[in-house]
Amino acid sequence: MHALEITGLKKSFKSNFLIKKFQILKGIDIRVEKGEIYGFLGPNGAGKTTTIKCILGLIRPDAGDIRILGDLANQIKTKARIGFLPEQPYFYDYLTAEELLNFTGMLFSLPSKVIAERTKRLLELVGLTKKKDIKLRKFSKGMIQRVGLAHTLIHEPEFIILDEPFSGLDPIGRKELRDIILSLKDEGKTIFFSSHILQDMELMVDRVGIILDGIIKKEGKLSDLISHSVKCFEIVLTGIDPDTITRWNPSVECLLRDEQTIIKAANSDESNSIIRWISGQNGKILSVTPVKMTLEDIFLEEILQ
Amino acid sequence: MKLKAIAFNTFKEAVRNKVFYLLVVLGITSAVSSLVISMLTLGDKEKVLKDVGLASIDFFSVLIAIFTGINLVFKEIDKRTIFNILSKPVSRAGFIIGKFFGLALTLLVALTSMAVIFFIFLLISTGNIDLSILIYFFLLYLQLLIITAISILFSSFSTPILSSIFTISLYLIGQVSWTFNEFKSQIKGPVQQAIGYFFYYILPNLDKFNIKNDIVLKTSLDGYSIINGILYAVCYTTALLVLAILIFNKKEFQ
Repeated sequence: MHALEITGLKKSFKSNFLIKKFQILKGIDIRVEKGEIYGFLGPNGAGKTTTIKCILGLIRPDAGDIRILGDLANQIKTKARIGFLPEQPYFYDYLTAEELLNFTGMLFSLPSKVIAERTKRLLELVGLTKKKDIKLRKFSKGMIQRVGLAHTLIHEPEFIILDEPFSGLDPIGRKELRDIILSLKDEGKTIFFSSHILQDMELMVDRVGIILDGIIKKEGKLSDLISHSVKCFEIVLTGIDPDTITRWNPSVECLLRDEQTIIKAANSDESNSIIRWISGQNGKILSVTPVKMTLEDIFLEEILQ
Repeated sequence: MKLKAIAFNTFKEAVRNKVFYLLVVLGITSAVSSLVISMLTLGDKEKVLKDVGLASIDFFSVLIAIFTGINLVFKEIDKRTIFNILSKPVSRAGFIIGKFFGLALTLLVALTSMAVIFFIFLLISTGNIDLSILIYFFLLYLQLLIITAISILFSSFSTPILSSIFTISLYLIGQVSWTFNEFKSQIKGPVQQAIGYFFYYILPNLDKFNIKNDIVLKTSLDGYSIINGILYAVCYTTALLVLAILIFNKKEFQ
């Protein structure tokens, strides 16, 4: 049984004049294993948020099947097992952080004693214990994101959906959130999240799915996608300026930084040929580094295709 | 538990809004001003006190019902707080019913506050309390529940401006819906009569809840009309909420 199983998900919206329909999702298939962190990537307008809204029953799919932990996603009992943090979470700004968690706990029919205990623990986890009595309208964007995470975890969900969880967080906040997400994974929870901050995603996810124009373009284990692919070779040298190199071979990409010349060779053959030429010119090679593909490179490659 | 959470949260939202206090204070001030007007009047001062006082409370409590109700669902969608509710194990029907009960509680508190102060001033100025006014407030409350259900219905699919126009229009029509009764008995032809009956039964008949003249003139209250009013309020409010839920169930939150 998968934690999330989406099959043939399609969704279109009518335009303002009710004549033409725009198909946002053109048949999405996603499988998320239990206990893994799944990164959902895609540029703006690709269909990420629409997919998440379909999972949560905020919009109804035209076709397709969505199951969470084996049950249909739109059932009330299924929603009790999901934790959701929306992008730029909007909460009732007249509530305090403590009141928000209490209210959320009540929506999950938790006993008041359990709500009180978890509220205390979660506010501590997100570093808002001292701010628990302040109204949310006085919170910064980062603090809203933190209280949002606490509200997502109040019922100890098995499946957690985070829509752009890093937006609005400073580097320390991002590091703390990463640690929380990883600790949730250690507890056996499944996390499905979308983010534009690919460096953070790369540090956490087990598998990624890249959505473009309403279809999943690429999906797989992050390690498989990026481990064996070398983007280019970076050669750092001194004694030869970039102009000389460009005169020798205009197609070579090179630049001068801190009195060192840096050359980017597209592959190992080009790298070997450049190294031989540098030796002949009495240049001094300081390092030759294979630059591996990052998630961002894979993402951009898919978009540019 | 979930309904209670949504209802109490709605109540909390209303009572933390300054406009709510402003309307309650205006209602009280206006009701109390009836004391001054009664002092300047020749003749039955108690009659003027009751007439102006009750009309003021009626007006401001209806304003609270309309202006809190029209924002109730729309604001949730506009500010996207609805995402946080409907992504949880809460049905759409539960959300609408919770919101309704929350506003019903808000109106109960507002009306009680205004009524208590009115009774105190009535006691001070006349030396006695007419307990039949309690029945007036009870029927006014039933009327407010119908207005709340109307505003929630419109709020579930239109903007606050349109909702307020629709709700105020229906409230005003509801005050004179007895004219449809007169009208349908005078028109001929089955189609025209059917139309007359349709409007008479479909539009709210708020005149059923207006016993101000009986209170002011101290005429005896008709028990049958009161029971009829209670049953009407329950059925009409339920029908409006069911309609609001059906519309809300079709809604997509893009």
